[in-house]
Order: sequence, then C-alpha cells, then structure tokens
Amino acid sequence: MDASLNIVIVDENPVRAAILEEGLREAGYVNVVRIEGTAKLLARIYAIDPDVILIDLENPSRDVLEQMFQVSRIVKRPVAMFVDQADSASIQASVDAGVSAYIVDGLKKERIKSILDLCISRFNAFSRLQSELEQTKSALEERKVIDRAKGILMKAKNLSEEQAYALLRKTAMNENRKIAEVAQSVVTAAELFK
Amino acid sequence: MTETRLRIGFIPLCDAAALLVAVDKGFAAAEGLDIELIREVSWSNVRDKLNIGLFDAAHLLAPVAIASSLGLGHIKVPIVAPFGLGVNGNAITVSPGLWAELAKAADGSILDPMVTARALATIVATRKRRGEEPLTFGMTFPFSTHNYQLRFWMAAAGVDADDVRLVVLPPPYMVESLTSRQVDAFCVGAPWNSVAVDLGVGRILHFSSEILAHAAEKVLALRARWAEENPDTVVKLVRALDRSAAFIEDPANRGEVAALLAAPHRVGVAAEVIERTLEGRLKIAPDGSVRADARYLLIGHNGAARPDPVQAAWLYAQMVRWGQAPLSEELVSAAKGVFRPDLFDAALQSNGPNATALADGIGAFAGPAFNAEDITGHLNFWAMKQR
Repeated sequence: MDASLNIVIVDENPVRAAILEEGLREAGYVNVVRIEGTAKLLARIYAIDPDVILIDLENPSRDVLEQMFQVSRIVKRPVAMFVDQADSASIQASVDAGVSAYIVDGLKKERIKSILDLCISRFNAFSRLQSELEQTKSALEERKVIDRAKGILMKAKNLSEEQAYALLRKTAMNENRKIAEVAQSVVTAAELFK
Repeated sequence: MTETRLRIGFIPLCDAAALLVAVDKGFAAAEGLDIELIREVSWSNVRDKLNIGLFDAAHLLAPVAIASSLGLGHIKVPIVAPFGLGVNGNAITVSPGLWAELAKAADGSILDPMVTARALATIVATRKRRGEEPLTFGMTFPFSTHNYQLRFWMAAAGVDADDVRLVVLPPPYMVESLTSRQVDAFCVGAPWNSVAVDLGVGRILHFSSEILAHAAEKVLALRARWAEENPDTVVKLVRALDRSAAFIEDPANRGEVAALLAAPHRVGVAAEVIERTLEGRLKIAPDGSVRADARYLLIGHNGAARPDPVQAAWLYAQMVRWGQAPLSEELVSAAKGVFRPDLFDAALQSNGPNATALADGIGAFAGPAFNAEDITGHLNFWAMKQR
C-alpha cells in the first residue's frame, strides 16, 4: 500500500463519491480529492497532478479524461488506463461495477491493485444499497395501497380488517396477480365510483 | 426462425439513425435479430463495452474503431466495420464574438473555408502578439473526425494546433460551454450545432462537408473475432441496416424517421431539428438564415454505407499527422483492414463501390488529391505547409 498516492474521484453522485472517499481513507490513503462539476475539469485535475483518477461510467466527462492520453503541451504527465492487455478480468469487473480507473504512466499496477479492488467493492455495495432502497420504497408504496383498499372494502362491504385482507388475498390468488395489484384495482375503481 | 439476441451500444446522435430505425421499424426482427439497444453517455464506455464483450456491436466513431485495432490510446482489440452508419454530419459553430472577428478579418466570402481559415490565422497571430489567451475549440474525442476536421481546416492556413486549445467536451456540454465562454467554438455532430443556433449563442461557420466532401463518421463496429465466429449474424445485421438506411433516405419517410429518433430513449431531441438535419438544411444564424447541403449528413446514399478503406487510410494519416500514431506500412494496412467492404458486398450481393463522384474519395477543400498508397506524400505536403 502506498498511502501518499494522489487520488482524484470524479463522480456526479455525491453519495457514492463520499462512500468511495471514506473507503479510501479507511484503507489509509490520505490524499484523496473529490471533484464535482464539469467546468474546467482537466485544468483542475492537472492542478492536483494525481497518480490515480477514478471516474464513474455514467459520467459523460469520461471522454474528457481520454484526452490525457494525448501528447500535448497542456499534458504534463501522460495518463494510461490501469488495465493492460492481460487484465481483461479486472477491466470487466470494474466496468460491471460502473467505474473506470486511470493512472499516470509508469506507476506499477501492483501499487494500485488494492485501490481498484476497493473501488469495485464500494461501487457494488452502493448499487446494492440503491436497489435495496428502491425495494423498500416500493414495498412501502404497496403497503399504503393495500391499506387503502382494505379501508374501502371494510366500508363498502362492512367487513373487518382481517376479512378485507382475506378477500384481497383470495382474489389475487384466483386471478394469479399480486395482492398489491388487486389493491390498486380496488383503489382505482373506488376513485371512478366517487 | 430462431432469434439471435444482440446487445448494441449507441450514443444519442442523428447518425445512429440506421441502427435505431432498423430496430424500431422491425428491419432487424425481419432478419431474425432481437436487438437490445443500449444508450451510452461516452465514447469511452461504448469502446470499452464493445472491447470486453458486453456489447456485440456498437455505433462507433470511425477513428475509434481504427485506434482500437491499432492499440492507440487504449488496449488493442481488433475491430471490423462491415457497414458505414454515417458520412459527414458535423459542423463548426463559433461564438457570435468570434464570428464577428472572423467576418472582419475575412478577405473574401466567409462561406469559403480557406477564407475563414486565413482569417482565423490572422486572429490567432494577433492574440499571440498581444499575449492574450489562445482561442479554445471544443471537439468530442481525441480519435474523432471532429478533431481532424478542425485541425485540417485551420492548418490549411498555417494555424498550428498548439496556437489554439483543442479540448474534448461531451456533446451535451458543448452548447453550455459556448454560452459560458469556456470555448470560443466547437466541432460537433447533429443536433448540437442547431441547438446552439436556436439558443442564439452560436453561428454555424462551416458544415464539415465543406471541409471534406466525404468523411467516414460513424461505423457499425464489431470485434474482429466475433465477426469471424458469427458470419451469419454479420450478414443479417448488414442486411437489416441496409434496408433501414434505404428507408431513411426516402424523403417520404423523413417525418416518421424524425419522430422515431426524437423519442426520449433514442436521440431525444425535437423531431423538427432531426428532420432539418436529415434534409441537410440547417439554420446557421440566430437571424434565421439557412444553409443547405445535400452532403451535410449521408446515411446510406452516395456510397456512405459501403466501408471504404481509402477513408480508413485518410483517418490513419491524420493520426500520424497529429502525433497520435507512428507511420508504418504495417499500421496503414491494419487501419485499412478495419473497413470491410468485402463483408458489405457479401451480405448484399453488391458488386463493389457505387461511385462517390469524388476523384480521390475524400474531396478536401485544400491540398492535393489524397492517395491512400502514398500517405508519406500527404504528410510531407502538409508538413511543408506548416513550416
């Protein structure tokens, strides 16, 4: 591990960027900078003169970074992609996770292996977190719809809460649909009959 | 018929039309291809996902297909292009301020790229003398026709690429960067030039077709090995794209094509702007003046669909000219080998090229005719001019 490496994170998603930065700091890297916004991106990166740049694949600015491969007056140190010919497994893993890493020319890849691994695992953790959040959200929405449908049935058919739920469940089973879908139909129908 | 499932990446631009319409109008399905289109945000993503096999095929910048095959700027993955998705279609847009300066410095018609290039040379020299910031030009990728078109144009009047700044900007950020004066001009594909004009922040100075009459812009890119292993699928893809291109080039279908491309999950801009692009009639200034060029964007017609190795050789020559690639006979043939008219001909039972009506296949506004067998001659001529 090389704690002194200059690492730049370019990620439009502030939460994910923070998670990644925290991970790198926990692993002992002290020089980690997060860059936001697209204005004068290259100039800001050159000013930091990083050894490693991490960028998410949803970021259109990835193409801007490709310019760093070019030999030109404004580029002080040419940058190369971390993964070389032999590394299709790690390029695959990072693309799957949604992140790309660039390092300055000449840096040995062993020195940044741990950074890339950490990056991949944090990105994967973030997308798991995100899909869990989505699931929780939709579960919550479903709960609400079912509660409303139960209320409508209780009132219209003079049922107890248990009876209302049993009716929803039975209908769902008969029609081979989800309870939430049947509940949504009840709510929609009730709106129409208002 | 068993369906072949394919994942194909694209960037939301008008020149992805043949691919998008092939899927949306069912030309691909008619060939037994079940294509999932994946909209991407950067050329780097498209290249990487094609290279590592996440995509079976891609809408790709022609120079990136060559760079990838030669191992320039990134890992080396041989690519083949059996079908040209688009020829031309870019334009150079400048800020109103730079346009006024160019108009003032122009010695002749501002429609003439040589006149504007000389005017630019005057402006650049004046700025340098006064110690002012160099002009900044935006383009879309280091290995892009946009980069080479800009450089070819300005260098024809002796403007050295080091006397101006050429910066990569993602196309959706171009207009914003011109508005905030981070760039003074840019070269980009449709629809972004029109968007800048409509917002009143830019004027179209030249269509790229005024600089080079015929420049391969985007290709259908396949990994060479995949193409070898799936010859039947390649044939089906080429046939579907060819029928799609024929549909697009029929003026009667223009409205329908524009409406398909305007969908948010496709190109996602106003159908009216796309229609103007396909027609080659662009509003070039906020005052509403229009410029028309039948060669503005070629999809299918004028030999645009059949990959031409002369085009690949010209693009490779530019890579050498601007220090992106070394010059060698081996690399010239490797570059030419990316463009595969043989695959195109085999799929469509075509009998070779239909004439592009251009003596050298390129039609540059300046310099001698391009000879694909003599790249050294091309480079020497321009090296002399630059000195």
